[in-house]
Amino acid sequence: MASIQLRDMHVDIPIYDTSARSLKKRILSAGTGGRIVRDHGVATVHVINGLSLVLKDGDRLGLIGPNGAGKTSLLRVLAGVYEPTAGWINVEGSVIPLLDINLGIDMESTGYENVLLRGAVLGLKRHELKALTEHIAEFTGLGNYLAVPVRTYSSGMVLRLAFTISTSVTPEILLLDEFFSVGDAEFLEKAERRLNNLISKAGILVFASHSQDLIRRLCNKVLWLEKGEIRALGDVEPVLAEYTAHVAKQG
Amino acid sequence: MSFHTEAQLKLALVDVRQGFARHDLWLLLGWHDIRQKFRRSLLGPFWLTISTAIMLVALGFVYATLFKMDLKQYFPFLAAGIVTWSLISSLVIEGCQTFIGVEPMIKQIRLPFTVHAFRVVWRNMLVFLHNIVIVVVVVLIFAKLPGLIPLLCLVIGLALFALNGVWLCLLLGLICTRYRDMPPMVASLIQLVFFITPIIWHPSLLAGRQRIINFNPFYHYIELLRAPMLDTVPTAVTWAAVLGITVGGWLVTVIVFWRYRRRIAYWV
Repeated sequence: MASIQLRDMHVDIPIYDTSARSLKKRILSAGTGGRIVRDHGVATVHVINGLSLVLKDGDRLGLIGPNGAGKTSLLRVLAGVYEPTAGWINVEGSVIPLLDINLGIDMESTGYENVLLRGAVLGLKRHELKALTEHIAEFTGLGNYLAVPVRTYSSGMVLRLAFTISTSVTPEILLLDEFFSVGDAEFLEKAERRLNNLISKAGILVFASHSQDLIRRLCNKVLWLEKGEIRALGDVEPVLAEYTAHVAKQG
Repeated sequence: MSFHTEAQLKLALVDVRQGFARHDLWLLLGWHDIRQKFRRSLLGPFWLTISTAIMLVALGFVYATLFKMDLKQYFPFLAAGIVTWSLISSLVIEGCQTFIGVEPMIKQIRLPFTVHAFRVVWRNMLVFLHNIVIVVVVVLIFAKLPGLIPLLCLVIGLALFALNGVWLCLLLGLICTRYRDMPPMVASLIQLVFFITPIIWHPSLLAGRQRIINFNPFYHYIELLRAPMLDTVPTAVTWAAVLGITVGGWLVTVIVFWRYRRRIAYWV
């Protein structure tokens, strides 16, 4: 049973400019009583402000909101990457985050090596990976390309590889950040089928997207985030309608 | 999950345990790092061996003459010292990049932070094993291979190096992630340490002041591996110093890691 519970959860991200990061400045400012260098306090951005949320098996939550609303930070908290600054969080079940799936791809390594490395990061054992490699070669249609370094791939091919590896493990909680921007129509269709299959097996889905169309197709709940707070949370159509009206009024 | 300090301490210790348990992952990543570095080169990691060997031959002839030392004694001493030193200095320098170097991974998926430290240590141990070939060759030419007890000391010494490497990478990695002018600072300090530590010069050259080098922790780490490679046994002072630093280092690291572990993802 997968479940996510957040209670009054806050995330503050410190912004370090070069001077706050510098140990020299720290020591100098201590020596001068803080008079010369006054940038003692580090600026922080309150990315998420007191968010409470309960998700259980079967929930497919779509995250919407303007850029900088805190969607990616919320996904990072759910992934366990960020530990909240304050509040209470309980996530039960295995989590697979597909946040920026190109990030973990090593351009200098071959496709096969990437399968091994990424799979190991996702927690697969070596023998499981060997079995998966063939499947990945077939699904991506990359064939012999898997034996050459990824830097020779087109961006569409990199996406195919990254997507396929990352979706080879079925998690109880699946976190998706928007990444459907690359790839040809044929693969997009294939990818969506695979994703649907994965989602149907996963207990919980949290999906951040600007595409209302995708949210309608994948989700049964929508959370509208604005400045790190919940603006609206509920069924798909009412919240999307409210959001659309708000954006139209603003625009 | 709460933010009580005891809970944080527990999380820090669990991180160490879980990080070690993911040895499948860091063994693979460490191997990959080395293969990656020498991709498309014919000799691969043995380039490291060769460059160390060239440095050794060059330094060996110059300084044996300068210090008026017997080549037969000086060469094995220098070889064992330089190979050990390159392990120490690369652990220190790469330790600074423990977390900065894997920012995408830290930002993307939750892994025990110690995985990254184990990876750096393992990678450097592999490099050391390539370099040790030099010592074997030099010792075969100029002296004799170490006996059973020195060999045992060497194995224990290497285990202690790994144990110390992990806390060093965690601690340096954490501080350097927060304060970005630490890595260049550490790099220039380590350069200095090379000259004040008896690596190219023999401790006996410090006529009458030999005890002063006992206050140099790097000397003891050098001796920990150099002595057994030269068929002797590290002194009691060396053992005591190394064990003391191991315990102290881990204590400090656990405290720092306990307090700041959860900030790493925000700092990278």
